Amino acid sequence: MKHLAVLAALLAPLPALADIDPSNWDAVTAEAEGQTVYWNAWGGSTTTNDFLAWVGSRVMEDYGVTLEHVKLTDTADAVTRVLSEKQAGEDDDGAIDMIWINGANFAAMKDADLLFGPYAEQLPNWAFVDVDGKTVQTDFTVPVEGFESPWAMAQVVFIHDTADLVEPLGSMSAILDWSAANPGRFTYPQPPDFLGTTFLKQALVDLLDDPSVLADPATDDNYDTVTAPLWAFLDDLTPTLWREGRAYPATGPAQLQLIADGEVDLAISFSPGEATAAIANNQLPPTARTFVLDKGTIGNASFVAVPYNSGSKAGAMVVANFLMSPEAQVRAQNPEILGYGTVLNMDALSADDRAAFDALELGVATLSPAELGTVQAEPHPSWMTRIADDWMQRYGVSQ
Amino acid sequence: MNRRRYLPILPILTLLVMLGPVAAGLWGTLLPAFGHLPAAGLSGPSLDPFRDLFDWAGLPRAVMLSISTGLLATVISLAIVVLVTAGWSGTRPFRTLERLLSPLLSVPHAAAAFGLAFLIAPSGWLSRLISPGITGWVRPPDLLIVQDTWGLTMTAGLVVKEVPFLLLITLAALGQADAQRSVTIAQALGYGRVTGWLKTVFPRVYAQIRPPVYVVLAYSMSVVDVAVILGPNTPPPLSVQIVKWMSDPDLAMRLEAAAGALLQLGLVVGALIIWRFGEMVGGYLGRRWIAKGSRGRFDPIVAQGALVAGGTSALIVLLGLAVLAIWSIAGFWGFPEALPDQFTLRNWMRFGPGTLDALGETALIACVVACVALLLTVGCLEAEYRYGLSFSQRTVWLIYLPLLIPQTAFLPGLQTLMLGVGADVGRLPVMLAHLVFVLPYVFLSLADPFRAWDTRMGTIAAALRASPDGVLWRVRLPMLLRPILTALAVGLAVSVGQYLPTLLIGGGRVATLTTEAVALASGGDRRAIAVYGLMQTGAALVPFALALLLPALVWRNRRGLRHG
Repeated sequence: MKHLAVLAALLAPLPALADIDPSNWDAVTAEAEGQTVYWNAWGGSTTTNDFLAWVGSRVMEDYGVTLEHVKLTDTADAVTRVLSEKQAGEDDDGAIDMIWINGANFAAMKDADLLFGPYAEQLPNWAFVDVDGKTVQTDFTVPVEGFESPWAMAQVVFIHDTADLVEPLGSMSAILDWSAANPGRFTYPQPPDFLGTTFLKQALVDLLDDPSVLADPATDDNYDTVTAPLWAFLDDLTPTLWREGRAYPATGPAQLQLIADGEVDLAISFSPGEATAAIANNQLPPTARTFVLDKGTIGNASFVAVPYNSGSKAGAMVVANFLMSPEAQVRAQNPEILGYGTVLNMDALSADDRAAFDALELGVATLSPAELGTVQAEPHPSWMTRIADDWMQRYGVSQ
Repeated sequence: MNRRRYLPILPILTLLVMLGPVAAGLWGTLLPAFGHLPAAGLSGPSLDPFRDLFDWAGLPRAVMLSISTGLLATVISLAIVVLVTAGWSGTRPFRTLERLLSPLLSVPHAAAAFGLAFLIAPSGWLSRLISPGITGWVRPPDLLIVQDTWGLTMTAGLVVKEVPFLLLITLAALGQADAQRSVTIAQALGYGRVTGWLKTVFPRVYAQIRPPVYVVLAYSMSVVDVAVILGPNTPPPLSVQIVKWMSDPDLAMRLEAAAGALLQLGLVVGALIIWRFGEMVGGYLGRRWIAKGSRGRFDPIVAQGALVAGGTSALIVLLGLAVLAIWSIAGFWGFPEALPDQFTLRNWMRFGPGTLDALGETALIACVVACVALLLTVGCLEAEYRYGLSFSQRTVWLIYLPLLIPQTAFLPGLQTLMLGVGADVGRLPVMLAHLVFVLPYVFLSLADPFRAWDTRMGTIAAALRASPDGVLWRVRLPMLLRPILTALAVGLAVSVGQYLPTLLIGGGRVATLTTEAVALASGGDRRAIAVYGLMQTGAALVPFALALLLPALVWRNRRGLRHG
């Protein structure tokens, strides 16, 4: 009998581990110690990779959390992975503990209940986050509701090589005019690459007299009318592009190489500090500078999210919290290292922390917050999806 | 333990290891291709996925690219290898090529492709070397060379990598073909060198290298990494588009991907049939050509041309490596400077530590997988020899299945299977997945030399009272040292180069040099790519070097075995 009881106890399904309460921070840190967090993040930028490695060394030091950067070529790979795990019934210890996620994938995962949360607003460092001044509670107009936590602010800038293109260009039509006069000197990453679709969105926002229509989901009724100026613009622009639009760089950083090679003079970037960091890494010529459009450019926050089936949620929250710490934010904003905008509210910081931010040099090619000007809102993700699909139909296969 | 007990089950075990995952994965592809994907709330059967696939405007071009690059790359590389071997085997230039083989083979496809791109792009090294002096260019010209619409650069990238592979296989086969004496006799009868070789040796050699040729054809048609780097992207070749659909967050796109995967499979099968037909036509024409008795008037020109082509293809890879080496230590390097402004070790300090971690993981996986594959292969072949348990003419094709089916067709299905049995994530499942791809290569590399071994040696040894095991361990395997080491090196290189299986089955938690390099590739940081490409090359170089070096050392006093 005794043996049977033991056997029965062994065979009985283990009670599903209750998800940890994010507001009980002591319990979170206690459970996090010794956990390994697999952070799936795009691995295409070597400066970002270096920063993530530093975060790993710091959370190990302070919390005993091991951080492994799983380098993705495409964030969608991580979404696919979590979906397959759900399909196979792996609900307790999936391969992914944290994802650097973009708006479209966030909307998809939140919709399909693939995310853990809400947790973000319970993290201790949330107190420092600039909730009013920065778009950290919506992602591509989708409410975040604590299912992802912000760690950097991004805004579209254009990188230009002042050796060949001296003056900033103030609008999309100015870019078109310049490209027509200098054929083959401009290109953008090939959609559906994230930055490529960002270029299309930026073009649409700038071409429309009133972009407020983009805040709501695209409908069959208004889609064609609203996007007509964009397609007219692209029809004019494409023949003047690098390789006449018969080939495109795969990603954003690939454009930097084209500038360094002297193949193009202008590139889009979603990180105001990227040019400075790239100059420091010899990836851009020292003559590279940045500018924004007169009417402003699209901005959003970079977020991390935790899949519902992560086995190291406590560890992931510790990392997410550390990313929002003044220490990590100062380092991320340092233009020599990463040059990402901070998500923190300067007024909420201690005097010392504020001084650390004030002491940062902007870097040769980085614009000041004032120069960055108006931040325009991201369109609803439905616009991006449809525009990217249409782009592929029109320009992705026709050449 | 009695060997009789387990040796006979090895062939079945081997087939199971190779085909179980393929069958399961294919099942996981077939269902969604016909509209059945419960995870996305879709149930079939329906033909909608195929309708969507054929609605895709880029399909005709994508299909054409897959066929043209595959056939062209195979024909060109086979022609180069055959003509160079015919015209030059045994001569000094040929020995030079032979010595270059290890470094050429060990360069991973991705690294070779990057090298080629860095060389021939309008802003590449060749253009920099002659600018502005000869060309007058101060800016690179706006020419579509890399990623050209016809996929010619991509074909070139495949050819430079397939030539060394086919040459290695040809060299292994030559030992069994008694080539030297045949050519000597043919030459005594007045035949030119090339013509004599083609008429007497080629039929025997081709019979042996035919499987690898088919593999080259299937691989070239469905390659992903080379196509991403060198191929066109408006639209890309079909295989690349399948991977793109597969990674779309919209699960419904997997249906289209699955349909595309089946189409890709059909294309590969179709191309192989065309090739087989071509072989028959070639055989018929060849026999007439032999009967005609022409002695080969143009032999010297053909031989010269082949040598130039072979030399150029080798040179491209080596120059590519050189330009990788330069980028790995480059400071800022603008156009049209022939060399960087300054050299720095900073890139190696930045990326070196990461490559070492990845190298350890890569080496561990590759060694275990290649050794297991070799063990199973020798076991199968020995079982075939002793008990006549050979694969029949029809079942022999099963061995090729993992190589002929595009990886994208069955890997996601395989991933679901492994998740289902709780074996996902980690090193062991990745090793099993690698084994699926490594085993056929090892088997293909070793089977023909193993079978072509002169069994009279075994009879002699048996007459000297050697047991069957004694014959295997003390006569057969030592005599086959060179093909065995070659097979092992091929297995290691295949494992080192695996990208999709490592990423999908490892859940991203297993980071090898290849997964790290491809992840970096999308960012286009040439310095990082250069460091990882060189490390990858190193990881595969050592085994190939040993495969050539060891037999020469061990058999330094056994002349007849040195080329065997």
